[in-house]
Amino acid sequence: MGDHQQRVILAKLGLDGHDRGIKVVARILRDAGMEVIYLGLRQTTASIVAAAEEEDADAIGLSMHNAGHLTLGPKMAEAITAAGLDIPLIIGGIVPDEDVEELMDAGIAAVLGPGASAEEVVATVQNAISARDKA
Amino acid sequence: MGSEEKQEPNAREAWELEYQKASLRDSNFETMSGVPVEPVYGDDLFPGQYPYTRGIYPSMYRSRLWTMRMFAGFGTAEDTNLRFKELLRNGGTGLSTAFDMPTLMGRDSDSEWSLGEVGRAGVAVDTLADMEDLFADIDLSQVSTSMTINGPAATLLAMYVAVAEQTGVEPHQLAGTIQNDILKEYQAQKEYIYPPRPSMRIVTDMVKYTTAEMPKWHPISISGYHIREAGSTAAQELAFTLANGFSYVEAAIAAGQNVNEFGKRLSFFFNSHSDFFEEIGKFRAARRIWARWMKERYGATDEKAMLCRFHTQTAGVSLTAQQPEINIARVGIQALAAALGGTQSLHTDSFDEALALPTEDAARIALRTQQIVAHETGVVNVADPLGGSPYVEWMTDEMERQAEAIFAHLDDLGNGSILEGTFNGIENGYFVGEIADAAYRFEREVNSGRRIIVGVNDFTDGDNPEDRNLLRIGAETEEYQLKRLNDVKTRRNQEHVNSALSEITAVASDPTRNLMPAIIAAVKTYATEEEIANAMEVVFGTYVEKAIV
Repeated sequence: MGDHQQRVILAKLGLDGHDRGIKVVARILRDAGMEVIYLGLRQTTASIVAAAEEEDADAIGLSMHNAGHLTLGPKMAEAITAAGLDIPLIIGGIVPDEDVEELMDAGIAAVLGPGASAEEVVATVQNAISARDKA
Repeated sequence: MGSEEKQEPNAREAWELEYQKASLRDSNFETMSGVPVEPVYGDDLFPGQYPYTRGIYPSMYRSRLWTMRMFAGFGTAEDTNLRFKELLRNGGTGLSTAFDMPTLMGRDSDSEWSLGEVGRAGVAVDTLADMEDLFADIDLSQVSTSMTINGPAATLLAMYVAVAEQTGVEPHQLAGTIQNDILKEYQAQKEYIYPPRPSMRIVTDMVKYTTAEMPKWHPISISGYHIREAGSTAAQELAFTLANGFSYVEAAIAAGQNVNEFGKRLSFFFNSHSDFFEEIGKFRAARRIWARWMKERYGATDEKAMLCRFHTQTAGVSLTAQQPEINIARVGIQALAAALGGTQSLHTDSFDEALALPTEDAARIALRTQQIVAHETGVVNVADPLGGSPYVEWMTDEMERQAEAIFAHLDDLGNGSILEGTFNGIENGYFVGEIADAAYRFEREVNSGRRIIVGVNDFTDGDNPEDRNLLRIGAETEEYQLKRLNDVKTRRNQEHVNSALSEITAVASDPTRNLMPAIIAAVKTYATEEEIANAMEVVFGTYVEKAIV
């Protein structure tokens, strides 16, 4: 890894417009020294993968508040794998605890629930990136 | 627009005269211990008197309690129809509809954008057939219905009119509200389709149509709720919302509408958060500011056009996923603030909403919570019971002062037009920037422990995640809805659909014509919501927000 500045793509996938959480997360990660590229609303799996490739991103973070995580989360993970990218996908937002295992099985690296502290957000992203680097 | 205006010495007599005309609920209006209480206390200003700081009606809740309007919608239209009937049986007095994301965005259930979203966060409506199911066996002349939809609001209103017509109910009998507040979409909720200016034309067409045909309908619910949920402060919620209201007024006046006519049917929607006195001050300031601006700046002369009537919802964003049952206490406190602030209707959030959509039990507890405020606390006996408290009066003035500073900024940004200032503020990222700054400030306070959220950053013992019973919406909803949409498309007359859609495009290209009749004609052919949206999009284009953090 060295002193490479970690670069994280953040995006809202699909129609869900709840962007308070992801904007706060963007600032938290930026304050922690990471480079954050926020793609904004109404992204597709293709637009997110393209941005990750172009920016040589170390991780992708999605925020989901519309109960679509079990459909869209795995779809995003598949798109990342299909593009040959080996970077972690982290999902934040309203995700019930009992869905976490299903998401992890589908290849999502970590899930951040409501009320996660800034330290947890930063640690989760960093750990997901370094786990991938070691693998 | 400074401090409270002095009333004439006969303010009390004037109020008494009005109060005596009001019909009252069957109640003794005494405390639990049998002490009779007056309808209002104080000497200077009375409820029902300009600028209405103390309430919009002389008798307030002595005549009529607020409408207990519970927002509901999930799965298919039939599922939601059952929930509606359940709420009506339980003493709910108005219907409120939540639509799913595709419906809110003008997308059909079979659009590729809709995957995973159909029927999840609200009910799916693609065609008139779904609207028929949604309101089956409900007499639309007897209920008041609130529909929370903005981008495609004209289409949903057209469907409601068409469903009513099928059962012999005329547009003029329909009571209710459609949110239709497109400006706050660009600022906070982000459910827009077209750019701001053509969107404003659609809103203005709806105001014209309802003013002429639907006198009991509120064509815009000017909403601060989402602005607050997105992270704004109380004063920003107040100021941005009222500024949006001023913008609709300026647009309607520019379109030749009479401020006294449409002004009567504008209504508002505010958030009730946990800082009790700040919220009450905000509600009181909202009434005062609105009345003054409508009278002094926009020239309203009919008092009814100066009244800030509002719906309130407790703050979804205040609900915690940790120890969710303690949210019942938060909702109770926020509901009490709304009642003390003089709301006309109230939705109380369910305690499980930070985890999932509410279960039926959680929705019932939420309704019971506001029933306790209404029937057990006695706060409904006296109008504006906190009026005259030095702290509450100061807080009301402070909310007004902060809001006026924001109006001055927008007025400046628009060279003397709040409407232009608001368009400019949307385009230059002013609103989203202010809201994101406030949200981040709040998160930092919570994170540093300077602000305590019970169950989240302190008092964390007692969380039992395994005990939770959450509402799950299965994939069968999506399958059912896709089949239903396909059936409707097969049965309808495609030629009728096509010509109705072409007519919408033609009307959209001609700003002198009103879109509503063409949209009503189109929904009756069972044209889909997305087809209708596309028929306008070819003229209006789409809006893409700049991604600003």
